[in-house]
Amino acid sequence: MIEVQKLTKWYGRVLAVDNISFRVEKGQIVGFLGPNGAGKSTTLKIITCYLPATSGKVTVAGLDVLSDSLAVRRKIGYMPESVPLYPEMRVREFLMFRAALRDIPPKQRLAAVDRVADHCWLSKPEDMMRRRLGELSRGYKQRVGLAEVLLHNPEVLVLDEPTIGLDPAQIRAMRDLILGLAEQHTVILSSHILAEVEQTCKHLIIIAGGRIVASGTPGELRQRVVGPSRIFAEVRGAEDKVMAAAVRGISQVREVEQFPHGNWTRLVISSDSGADPRAEVAKLIAEKGWQLRELRREVGSLEDFFVQITYEQSMQAGERLAATA
Amino acid sequence: MGKTFAIARRELGATFFSPVGYVVAALFLCVCMIKLVPPPWYVDEWFILVPGHEASLRPLFDLMALAMVFAVPLLTMRLMSEEFRSGTIETLMTAPVTDTQVILGKFLGVMAFYLMLLGGTLILLVLMMAYGEPDFGVAAMGYLGMVLLGAAFVAVGVFASTLTQHQLLAAVVGILILGIFGVVMPFLIPGAPVPLNYLAEKLSVMTYFKDFSKGIFDSRGLAFFLSAAGLFLFLSVKTLESRRWR
Repeated sequence: MIEVQKLTKWYGRVLAVDNISFRVEKGQIVGFLGPNGAGKSTTLKIITCYLPATSGKVTVAGLDVLSDSLAVRRKIGYMPESVPLYPEMRVREFLMFRAALRDIPPKQRLAAVDRVADHCWLSKPEDMMRRRLGELSRGYKQRVGLAEVLLHNPEVLVLDEPTIGLDPAQIRAMRDLILGLAEQHTVILSSHILAEVEQTCKHLIIIAGGRIVASGTPGELRQRVVGPSRIFAEVRGAEDKVMAAAVRGISQVREVEQFPHGNWTRLVISSDSGADPRAEVAKLIAEKGWQLRELRREVGSLEDFFVQITYEQSMQAGERLAATA
Repeated sequence: MGKTFAIARRELGATFFSPVGYVVAALFLCVCMIKLVPPPWYVDEWFILVPGHEASLRPLFDLMALAMVFAVPLLTMRLMSEEFRSGTIETLMTAPVTDTQVILGKFLGVMAFYLMLLGGTLILLVLMMAYGEPDFGVAAMGYLGMVLLGAAFVAVGVFASTLTQHQLLAAVVGILILGIFGVVMPFLIPGAPVPLNYLAEKLSVMTYFKDFSKGIFDSRGLAFFLSAAGLFLFLSVKTLESRRWR
């Protein structure tokens, strides 16, 4: 549905997006994840025809965003980051105005506006549709923004930080709303909070320093974290080095480090990805007649992975830019 | 065309919502009323209701043209600048509308307000009908001149607004451009050395407008105002487009 090839964007002398490529299939919900300033919004703005790319090619439903800009814009609904709205307009008035811009025939506009208002819970307080946009709370503004995006039933929805600034109940409501959209639309949404996209998105693209650092389903990404899982064992009964060497002898174990811990020795055991040699470790210790008081496996969270990977990448990007400047 | 009108309608609504529209309209109409009756100690033919003088709106039109140099940029400063500042430009330009539709819509929105402003001065014509017999042909030509001048002025204002996200700056740029052609040029005509004063006469808004206010239809004036409007609308579209390749 969306294909991004070797996309690069410079803002003057600042490199915002550095040669990224990815694909979004029809009907997918894709989460665009990265720290602030990673290039998420820039990429989304290029996909939605707001900004031109410095180089690279972006197509939406087979149409080029540069040469078929209008056709692409008809297929996309884009909600910018801070949901800018005209403060003096009333909710219904604004939606009717946007419906006119979205090529909805005059006779169908009212029905379209009522449909999205229902969908985004804007019809609940009686006077909601008559309120001025400037007087709405953050949560309602966000709903109006989303309603506007859904007016023309676009094939592709691009939502830039759709849950930022919402309270927990509103975040949950927004998440349910987006999940409900997945049946009919292809959705790209961006966020800098992992927990949020992890639950909504079938596919994550982690971007940092203008580059894609990881992508895959949340499960696949978690796999990469689980890979270098570590086992902590506290043992005593022999010399540190002897115990470490013995444990290293187990087939699945890759690396053992030892740390004195009072009278005990703490062994930190790294194993092959996916392997769990805890049973073997316990068996070995029992056979040797050593004492064991703790045996625990620690799995890195997706959050740790995300923080680590984006941190490294931003450091590298900093160096890269420092080198070019 | 529907989208252009949708944008124009939104613009007109926004003008009525902001205090700027009302303040400009009030000031403009106050300035126009100055021309109504001369104070008793200062009788001059450059007022509208002077006993024994011609019943003509001509003095009013010349003043209105001058007032528009300041009024129009205040009405147009918001147009694009506010969109840039608040970020609504992003939603506007990612909707399937062309840059031309946006600029034309904004232009028509302010033109509608401008026409209402002109309509407000019709009361002077009504007053004149009560006290004398005005020449409706001359008045009609004067209003046609005002509409043409308005189109050119509003186009300049739209252009100034596409340059910056600061409304005040947009107003200043607009007043400067209009001031050069509406105020500075007429002053240069009698004062400047030979080749310059000739040029000033050709570029002065008043040269062309004076014909209309006298009741003369001059195709040079028509061409001048329409091509100025066209030029500045074209420049506005190009400035807006330049965002894509800058």
